[in-house]
Amino acid sequence: MSAITRDEVSHLARLSRLALGDDELDHLAAQLDQIISAVARVQEVAAQDIPPTSHALPLTNVYRPDEVRPCLTPEQALSGAPAAEEQRFRVPRILDEEA
Amino acid sequence: MELVRKGAAELGELLAAGEVSAVEVAEAHLDRIAAVDGQVNAFLHVDRDTTLAQARKVDERRAAGEELGPLAGVPIAHKDVFTTTDMPTTAGSKILEGWRPPYDATVTARLRQAGLVILGKTNMDEFAMGSSTENSAYGISKNPWDLERIPGGSSGGSSAAVAAYEAPLSTGTDTGGSIRQPAAVTGIVGVKPTYGGSSRYGVIAFASSLDTPGPFARSVLDAALLHEAFSGHDPMDSTSVDEAVPPVVEAARHADVDGLRVGVVKEFAGEGYEAGVSARFTEAVELLESLGAKVVEVSCPHFTYALPAYYLIAPSECSSNLARFDAMRYGLRVGDDGTRSAEEVMALTRAEGFGPEVKRRIMLGTYALSSGYYDAYYGKAQQVRTLIKRDFEAAFEQVDVLVSPTTPTTAFPIGERADDPVAMYLADLCTIPANLTGNAAISVPCGLSDGLPVGLQIMAPVLGDDRVYRVGAAVERALEDRWGGPLLAKAPELAEAK
Repeated sequence: MSAITRDEVSHLARLSRLALGDDELDHLAAQLDQIISAVARVQEVAAQDIPPTSHALPLTNVYRPDEVRPCLTPEQALSGAPAAEEQRFRVPRILDEEA
Repeated sequence: MELVRKGAAELGELLAAGEVSAVEVAEAHLDRIAAVDGQVNAFLHVDRDTTLAQARKVDERRAAGEELGPLAGVPIAHKDVFTTTDMPTTAGSKILEGWRPPYDATVTARLRQAGLVILGKTNMDEFAMGSSTENSAYGISKNPWDLERIPGGSSGGSSAAVAAYEAPLSTGTDTGGSIRQPAAVTGIVGVKPTYGGSSRYGVIAFASSLDTPGPFARSVLDAALLHEAFSGHDPMDSTSVDEAVPPVVEAARHADVDGLRVGVVKEFAGEGYEAGVSARFTEAVELLESLGAKVVEVSCPHFTYALPAYYLIAPSECSSNLARFDAMRYGLRVGDDGTRSAEEVMALTRAEGFGPEVKRRIMLGTYALSSGYYDAYYGKAQQVRTLIKRDFEAAFEQVDVLVSPTTPTTAFPIGERADDPVAMYLADLCTIPANLTGNAAISVPCGLSDGLPVGLQIMAPVLGDDRVYRVGAAVERALEDRWGGPLLAKAPELAEAK
């Protein structure tokens, strides 16, 4: 039995914002199935009572002083923008409405 | 001896004594790059004028009587994952082609402060995902020992540059072995510092709980000098450790293992390990014993689960981190013709801008984090992380350092594992546990298997970075006595193009 279906792969591509063609989805579905079957081994050893570790170091709530410091200028911040206008990032339409 | 064959410590001394200028040293390395990089392809970006301007500035600082560090004027190759304001930064991806970051990474800034001269940016697997540089969008780097083979990855441009004498030092990042594995397969030294010991600010993120910048060099002492130059607390990285940098340079000079307790990881041997790798490893352990170390076998039963746990945790973090490549603020934008929505442009851009391995990992991470699968995959992987941490803690109650081969095999031929992700992932089998727990680890050359370099991995507790340098330097000294010089001297000469 496969660990992941072709429909699930298509759904994942949508969630991941990847516009993939059918060939690419077919190829990925087979590879993801192989990888997921290999990594499922983690289920063999981890009993319910083992606490999770999300991070190598036990750091929590790291703060720095709330001080005003120099930051990027608008020109610097926009220097890599695919499109900019009036010191703002220009983006394609976000709301699905008639122009 | 030619300037390009000299190590960083020696170059630093010559520069300090005024016997050579930073400009002369930079020129020698730029010439070497021009002569051999057509074959090696270690660099994505080299700009002679920018480099020489940096070198001139160091010479001026020295002439003005400024107190400079031990690496002032020494050239360095810089992995293209670190932001640099004066050179493009791509992380090996088409999605960032030509991008000029508006700020320097902390590591970059500290290299500049220490007077290191940046020769250029080195090739890497796209977003540091890979073990061979075959996932770079800009071509494959070659192993100077055999140009038909991979130089390791993801920091394969950085390992190749140092092994090909294009730079005495280079930077890397190690998320699952991306410094130690390339160092091992090219016969040089590579170190993964304790997680948080070196700043991630300005490092293009792959898996934030694992990513660790570290040094490459041709000697343990040179690696220690670089480690010291760019490490230490950084308020710009909230996971940076606010502790003194461990005394790594002193440890590299000390090089004494008498009475040290060394644990051999039982699980990292046997099936899947190349015979020559196992033989060189066994000899290295015997060598440590002959130098006065007390060697015992140690069992870390959960280490064999590190690889599957990593291939859930790292893709999960990457699927989140790479959401920032949204075609809106910087980088590539595809299909913005006025008719498409932002979401469509985003999806088209990401499909065109990311390569196959990056897409695979984003999809895998999205799967592992999605509701219904989270507990079975990401949740379990996090529990395995706890078990591996406990294995390390139990082991370090018995021993001071743990040792293993760095990689199960030597450098594999280009193309051999390119479309078999699971086979490719095995290159990181022995290096991943230290990433999951944040431990310090080094790879040092320990001999050849069928004419190709083998690496010895030495792992120490968190913030025990000095121990890996101490043991690494002891092994290096003893082996170089035996060989009559460094392992790299046995590498074939590259033909120099004119």
